Amino acid sequence: MDYFAQQLINGLVLGSIYGLIAIGYTMVYGIVGMINFAHGDVFMIGGFVALITFVLLISTGLTAIPVILLVVLLVSMAITALYGWTIERIAYRPLRHSFRLAPMLSAIGMSFVLTNYSQVAQGARVKPIPPFITGGYTLHESQDGFVIQLSNIQIMVVVTTIVLLAIFTWLVSRTRLGRDMRACEQDQTMAALLGVNVDRTISMTFVIGAALAAVAGLMYLLYYGLVDFFMGFVAGIKAFTAAVLGGIGSLPGAMLGGLAIGLIETFWSAYFSVEYKDVAAFSILIVVLIFMPTGLLGRPEVEKV
Amino acid sequence: MTPIPHETTHASRTAGISALLKTAFINALIALVLFSLMVGIRTEAGSDGQLTYWTRFGDLASLVAAVFGGSILIELLRQWIGSTGTEKLVPPAVKSGMSFVGRYLAPALLIFTLLVPVIFYNQRYILDLAILVLTYVMLGWGLNVVVGLAGLLDLGYVAFYAVGAYSYALLATNFGWSFWVCLPLAGILAAFWGVLLGFPVLRLRGDYLAIVTLAFGEIIRLVIINWQELTGGPNGVSSIPRPSFFGIPLDNSDSGLAARLGIEYSPTHRIVFLFYLILALALLTNWVTIRLRRLPIGRAWEALREDEVACRALGINTTTTKLTAFATGAMFGGFAGAFFATRQGFISPESFTFQESALVLAIVVLGGMGSQLGVALAALAMIGGFELFRSLETYRMLVFGMAMVLIMIWRPRGLIGHRAPTVYLTKAQAISSDLVKEGHG
Repeated sequence: MDYFAQQLINGLVLGSIYGLIAIGYTMVYGIVGMINFAHGDVFMIGGFVALITFVLLISTGLTAIPVILLVVLLVSMAITALYGWTIERIAYRPLRHSFRLAPMLSAIGMSFVLTNYSQVAQGARVKPIPPFITGGYTLHESQDGFVIQLSNIQIMVVVTTIVLLAIFTWLVSRTRLGRDMRACEQDQTMAALLGVNVDRTISMTFVIGAALAAVAGLMYLLYYGLVDFFMGFVAGIKAFTAAVLGGIGSLPGAMLGGLAIGLIETFWSAYFSVEYKDVAAFSILIVVLIFMPTGLLGRPEVEKV
Repeated sequence: MTPIPHETTHASRTAGISALLKTAFINALIALVLFSLMVGIRTEAGSDGQLTYWTRFGDLASLVAAVFGGSILIELLRQWIGSTGTEKLVPPAVKSGMSFVGRYLAPALLIFTLLVPVIFYNQRYILDLAILVLTYVMLGWGLNVVVGLAGLLDLGYVAFYAVGAYSYALLATNFGWSFWVCLPLAGILAAFWGVLLGFPVLRLRGDYLAIVTLAFGEIIRLVIINWQELTGGPNGVSSIPRPSFFGIPLDNSDSGLAARLGIEYSPTHRIVFLFYLILALALLTNWVTIRLRRLPIGRAWEALREDEVACRALGINTTTTKLTAFATGAMFGGFAGAFFATRQGFISPESFTFQESALVLAIVVLGGMGSQLGVALAALAMIGGFELFRSLETYRMLVFGMAMVLIMIWRPRGLIGHRAPTVYLTKAQAISSDLVKEGHG
């Protein structure tokens, strides 16, 4: 039971990270109707930018950890958001009215570009950072000595995710931008006729998605203490699985799917085998798409002829 | 066309130049922010696990300068070429010349390919490269059945390549079966896996289908890595038997082919044999595809590619149509895999990554999706291009990714994007791309 509770905590933390990435997939799919294959690599870039900012800040002799974290968060969100904007501008916007496979293939190309760009720029080796946020709470200790731990970093990941989700939900449901985004999702032509700047709205969608991915990258860096150039690929597919599981196009669904994938992966590693945890995640993707293609909270897609 | 007053052109030109510089400046500024941390600062883990960093402002400056210059250049080129909407007039002489080249290019290429081992007999490097190109031509033609003809975007094609390679490797090393027995088996097993993948994805369309096939490819690779008792895991399978000339080994022994023919033995014989083997396999793929296109099933594939809903309305069984496309494509992938295993003598999961799938897909897309000649030329260009960048190992995939994006922007329909219908009443008319909605399957 204690083991189960510990895995539950770990799974929720991992799931929060996946959920943050999944929001980027689901938002872009909702508006443009394409899978932003490079989104996993945007997450990786976010992790790298955070790492470099950390190294720079520490070398200046700054020791106040909250200040460091805040600066790193803002810098990595800003720069990664610009990456998201640039990717959309270069690789997707010219193809918006092209045939359907074109943006997908362009996105795959972009994913290769980003992966290999960071390999060339930062080297192929894994980059570790020393633990910044240490300590935690012991929730429960059983007779046989098994301890349920809740570390501060785990609390931070979950709290940050909840805060971001709150901001994000407010953004989508209450602001002008959110309304534009929902309008573009329903009908781009009509939205444009009513004075919505469609290009700008789509750009902003990519910017917000990339910023959230940057937060996920920072959380990943803090939680696991390392980044490498290849981490975006697998994390991206899993986050996409989360988005599909939750129902693509649905924002709460993305978070829910993220948590589900995080839990499934953690429990699979804990009770079955660590080697096959990725196989488990990918199999879920296939099973979900066969038996409930609309996901948990999605709407069925109606094809118009 | 009325002559434009001189002053206006001059005024618009200066305005154009200032706008040009402004755009270039903004682009350079964006590039500066993008590259500032990723390129300007280089981090590396030291021996004690501590992260160190050093600055590379020179590289950063040159990259930003390159973006500045590049955006000016692109803008100038765009103005020079003119708006994309203009129709270009092609003189009839050039047109007839083009059609002449188009008609005789394929036979000429085939004859040249047949003669490659004769011309380059002593150049082992070129022969090896030619075998590699032909392997990708075959893979491209195989995937072309799925992507180009049936319009199903398959990102996990390498899975079937892997199934074929491992089928032959394991059957040959464990049971000592010969290549010629294993080759059909490898194809059948791969086709079986193709059907297995086909079933779940029958209901999916477009992007979803792509992601599921990608997941399938990754599952196969992960299982190969982790199922160590069977596949040897990351260490792979080694000492896979070499192919024989229909039972006669191609070695230096008394029973070898060279001894039987009474000629002096040379290791090049095996290379030449491998060359003709893969050429025969590739041509088989091509021939089968061309023949299938004329059968009802091939027509159904093409109809499916153009419009799935219309297909259903016309009573085409989309289930069997999709499954046969997957199975046929997978079978050729399996053949190519078996050839790969016997040629290399060693296989490991390293050879079957997603990059490989993307490369084959890029060949098909660059080749114009559906054009057999286009795929062959694209394979030549891609693999040849890869060889040119061999010394720049780390930049290779970077350039590949950029090329993929640029091709999609520049010519989304590939080098040979012209598509003539295979069935017509009186005259074959090219189909406008506005009329097809490819990729919805």
